[in-house]
Amino acid sequence: MAYEAEWFQKLSEEQNPLVSKQDYVVIDSERIRRRVRKNNFLKQVFLLLTSLGIVVLGILLYQIVVQSIGWLDWSFLVSRLSINADKAGILGAILGTVWLMLIVIPVTIVLGVSTAIYLEEYARPGKLQSFIKTNLSNLASVPSVIFGLLGLTVFSRLMGLGSSILAGGLTLSLLVLPIVVVSSQEAIRAVPGFLRDASYAMGASRWITIWKVVLPVALPGILTGSILAVSRAIGETAPLVVLGIPTLILMYPTNIMSDFTALPIQIYYWTLDTVLTKEYANLAAATIVVLLLVLFVMNSLAIVIRQKFQKKF
Amino acid sequence: MTVDMKQNQDVVYDVQHLNLWYGETHALKDISMQIMNHEVTAIIGPSGCGKSTFIKTLNRMVEIIPGVRTTGEIQYHGKNIFHEDMQVEELRTRVGMVFQKPNPFPKSIAENVLYGPKIHGIKNKGMLDEILESSLKGAALWDEVKDRLDTNAYGLSGGQQQRLCIARCLAVQPDIILMDEPTSALDPIATGRVEELINVLKKDYSIAIVTHSMQQAARISDRTAYFLLGELIEYEKTEMLFSRPRDQRTEDYITGRFG
Ligand SMILES: Nc1ncnc2c1ncn2[C@@H]1O[C@H](COP(=O)(O)OP(=O)(O)O)[C@@H](O)[C@H]1O
Ligand SMILES: [Mg+2]
Repeated sequence: MAYEAEWFQKLSEEQNPLVSKQDYVVIDSERIRRRVRKNNFLKQVFLLLTSLGIVVLGILLYQIVVQSIGWLDWSFLVSRLSINADKAGILGAILGTVWLMLIVIPVTIVLGVSTAIYLEEYARPGKLQSFIKTNLSNLASVPSVIFGLLGLTVFSRLMGLGSSILAGGLTLSLLVLPIVVVSSQEAIRAVPGFLRDASYAMGASRWITIWKVVLPVALPGILTGSILAVSRAIGETAPLVVLGIPTLILMYPTNIMSDFTALPIQIYYWTLDTVLTKEYANLAAATIVVLLLVLFVMNSLAIVIRQKFQKKF
Repeated sequence: MTVDMKQNQDVVYDVQHLNLWYGETHALKDISMQIMNHEVTAIIGPSGCGKSTFIKTLNRMVEIIPGVRTTGEIQYHGKNIFHEDMQVEELRTRVGMVFQKPNPFPKSIAENVLYGPKIHGIKNKGMLDEILESSLKGAALWDEVKDRLDTNAYGLSGGQQQRLCIARCLAVQPDIILMDEPTSALDPIATGRVEELINVLKKDYSIAIVTHSMQQAARISDRTAYFLLGELIEYEKTEMLFSRPRDQRTEDYITGRFG
């Protein structure tokens, strides 16, 4: 500090005419005061706008939690669906969501990470690579209902998978694949070149370098992206609704070809029917709380992983 | 330029009319020189003269950079390294490389040393332990790390990391080790230790070392090559080059009248 101060003094005295002792800048206190006031005013405006968003979110959460009180209990979690609101539970929907993830996680990670490896490590910069990259970013901005239509056409109709877990899982996989690819690409790109050099210089092939050096270093980033993608898939409703999931499924899913319901669909259907049966609003609220908790846990996990493994180089 | 050269089995690298371009930049211009077995060959010259490029060409690491083009020949023990029969992985296994900035893997000390042996298929635990110990001893690091072989390499000091990188090279028993300014990121004490190590290693290995320090070249090398603007100006026994340089440009550089 002392050194810096000394240095600055020297600089101001000898070299920099703008801060030298002669007054080039005429100080206008009134103008400065006006600027400070404007700054304070803007600060308040931004604070207000930020709080507005948070307040709306808070009201929403409050409403939902209040509505779910008395409905969200253990038996709600472990019971079958029922037309009778008092007896209805969401075990089927929970199992459906778990089954969906059993499809989505392996499919997106295998396809997504492979694509990212290909694009970052193998593809020569050229037409094909830029074609894939453009399509990926386009895909990421396609509305999810379109993915539902795609799933309906390809998986349900063409491949004859109907409204099974497999059809739903594949549709959701497609939806979140771009997220996994892009975040894996970023994680792979962030692996420092000197580590690759070290491996190549030892006589390692490209694949060994990827497997033993690049992927282990990129793993936390890939995991973070994948968890966020999976939590997005868990919350998606539209593509599944388009697939034509039946409104009332009493059976628990047993395999990937079973019909199923999932947490967000159940919320959607119950919300639709609140006009006729008022208690359905409470059931929907209770399910929302469950879904939010799941998502909260997953996103926290992603943040923890990201912080824990942040750059060590 | 003529240099008294011993006969063939004493030559590791025979470089003939090597040219290299980065896109349009002509970085190496008609380089011809021989790198001798069991000698330390120093490469000196001002920044940007092509020292790193040259040394990275010897194990074809330079080809990782897109747009690189070469002409000419480099014979490695009589085989042209640019020939299509030459497997680059094999070349790089036999030719070790130490970089300017220490670059251990973010793995344990043991895993760093055993990276090479493992990727080349050695699985025998006893053998791996032996390689681990002898490589670390070879790099004068064993005593400092023998009690923490399973801790992360990034816990070591910079000088220790660089010696770990040397140990990692030794683990695959290379025939020559290429070093690109291996001490420029180290403090003087760590530099001294690495130089000592080079003096020991030269009994068993050939070493080609790029250095920005003429004193270092004078201290550790048997022969010195002076590069300037992509050209090899002079290549001589180190003593000769520093005491009686033949080229005016070499003299200007070593007497500090350069530039
Ligand atoms: N990756 C690269 N792409 C393009 N030009 C490069 C690259 N690396 C080095 N060069 C150029 O090649 C010349 C030699 O560089 P380099 O071998 O790094 O010199 P030195 O190691 O002697 O400082 C320089 O003119 C430099 O600008
Ligand atoms: Mg260099």
